[in-house]
Amino acid sequence: MSDIEDLTTTELLRPSELVKPIDRKAEAEAAGRGGRPQADLSVRLAGIPLRSPIVTASGCFASGKEIAEFMDLRVLGAVVVKSMTLEPWQGKPPPRMVETPSGMLNAIGLQNKGVDYFLRYDLQALNAAKVPVIASIAGNTQQEFVRVADRLRGAPGVIAVEVNISCPNLEDRSSMFSHDPKATAGVIGNVRRCLEVPVFAKLSPNVTSITDIAGAALDAGAAGLSLINTLLGMAIDIETGKPRLGGVMGGLSGPAIRPVAVRAVYEVRQAYPDVPIIGMGGVMDYKDALEMIWAGANAVAIGTANFIDPRSTLDITRGIERFLVEHGIRSLSRLRALSGPRSSPPAPSATPASAAPSPGAPPSAPLSRR
Amino acid sequence: MKQYTGEVLSHRKHGEEYHSLTVVAPDIAASARPGQFVNLRPPADRYYILRRPFSICRVNRGSGWAATIEVIFDIRGPGTAALAAMRAHDPIDVIGPIGQGFAIPKNRQACLLIGGGVGATPLFFLGEELRAAGKRVDVLCGASRASRLVNTLELKRLGAMTEFTTDDGSVGYHGLVTDLLPNMIERCGSEVLYACGPRPMLQAVTAIAIKYRLPVQVALEEQMACGIGICLSCVAPIYNQKGTGVMHVRTCLEGPVFNGARVAWDRYGTDLDEADGPPGN
Repeated sequence: MSDIEDLTTTELLRPSELVKPIDRKAEAEAAGRGGRPQADLSVRLAGIPLRSPIVTASGCFASGKEIAEFMDLRVLGAVVVKSMTLEPWQGKPPPRMVETPSGMLNAIGLQNKGVDYFLRYDLQALNAAKVPVIASIAGNTQQEFVRVADRLRGAPGVIAVEVNISCPNLEDRSSMFSHDPKATAGVIGNVRRCLEVPVFAKLSPNVTSITDIAGAALDAGAAGLSLINTLLGMAIDIETGKPRLGGVMGGLSGPAIRPVAVRAVYEVRQAYPDVPIIGMGGVMDYKDALEMIWAGANAVAIGTANFIDPRSTLDITRGIERFLVEHGIRSLSRLRALSGPRSSPPAPSATPASAAPSPGAPPSAPLSRR
Repeated sequence: MKQYTGEVLSHRKHGEEYHSLTVVAPDIAASARPGQFVNLRPPADRYYILRRPFSICRVNRGSGWAATIEVIFDIRGPGTAALAAMRAHDPIDVIGPIGQGFAIPKNRQACLLIGGGVGATPLFFLGEELRAAGKRVDVLCGASRASRLVNTLELKRLGAMTEFTTDDGSVGYHGLVTDLLPNMIERCGSEVLYACGPRPMLQAVTAIAIKYRLPVQVALEEQMACGIGICLSCVAPIYNQKGTGVMHVRTCLEGPVFNGARVAWDRYGTDLDEADGPPGN
């Protein structure tokens, strides 16, 4: 017996050499709170200071409780929680998910436990975790949206409300609020009136002109925009000829949709140079996140990537930080000021560093060629 | 639940149709319970992106310095094909152990394990734990054909009584496990049923268990994107405590093992009642 013990302690590899458990302390330090000099990732979003541009996409992070087992949520700029409705919703029947090339289709149908459950349980946990919260709200009717928003008034730690108008709408039958500028303006206007925090409109890419819808949302008082929700898609089982999703059609997400998202962010940024934009859609790593920032996003939401690796947001945050350090850029606002593919000159309200690349700017080659 | 970069200890072909992957993951092996699963990430590819969930077939805690877990699976698409191509020493990203496992009975002694096809893999782990707890273990295992039965030799070793069925009659009884089940329950004096396999089988086993007034635990399989409780893809319709309503409950965290009598089998794919409360979390 002692022979075996001796062998294990002296001649064989120890478990720590074979596997790498998560080192939370090292993570927290690497995320910039451990004193090591790092690039400044803080951004302002509709006047709200965020420690990082990386937030979570609604519905892809639940309320953070599950992911907190894997990483420190304080790395995030904010947690955008799963859309909540007035009453609990059971969502669509299973099967609810189909994997597709470089993406996935889902038909969850906004299953959630309702706004009161959120306020009572989820929000408390998020406040205790000291992470800013963007509450995503949904409803079948304008009235429902307003009533959910009403309950959220003054909720502690809720820094903004994202209005998910890219979900099915019963008032207009099978269409979505965000398919129609008038319906969009109606919901956003009414929701905004009962909230003190900034309101973000989450728009659908399944429209002819996303800038028209964006305009309607902004005119109605949206402080910013979340771009984009999933693309409507479908998958059929060739053996049976039947839809593979219980909800027949579903939302396509993942890297497959990233070019669509980048285009939407770019298009809206061109039309509205100053509007705060949370860009999202298939961002899987820090390169994708930087692409989204170049396209014009002020913050970047991570969705499907969380399903594949619960620590994606942490990896992406670190990656952006490393990129800035390697290029000699001290802060994200400086990077954003360097260019971004805008055709018009930066608006006066843009960050002061926007005038010209400063001495601290990176070697011109890789960045200015954009 | 842990996330690791583990290491493939071995890959081997398991019978004609299955693959077995043994992964070094000491913390997961140390805490895993029968019925729980792991979520493995196949090497990157552009045709698939998601992880793949697998029941833990067996753990080896004995060699503590490098305790392992084993999964058995068949190739169903490019993701499982990539996993089947992994070899010893390959690093692999693994999350586990996930979910609620099978409960070991306190007072009842005779346990009947019922498996179908590749879904039978958690029975090895369960059977060993039950035997270690001093229970009588009997096994009833079915598949479409002989080659789709998982390790018949070891199941024979596991069960005080072991019966096999195949749809084509190539091994054992020519028919379904549910054809033999009532007889098996009576002969073995079964007091608890455990079932894992295709959904129609689980439903039929549950119906028989209810007829015999026996507790039945079933392991459900659903399409799953994340496996850690955030995507809500994998929900199953489950009756609430009072039996008055049906709720969509995550099979990854609240399952995959449920009391068969609380699964709303016939409500699958239909609209559900209003929820009357949060499902136990």
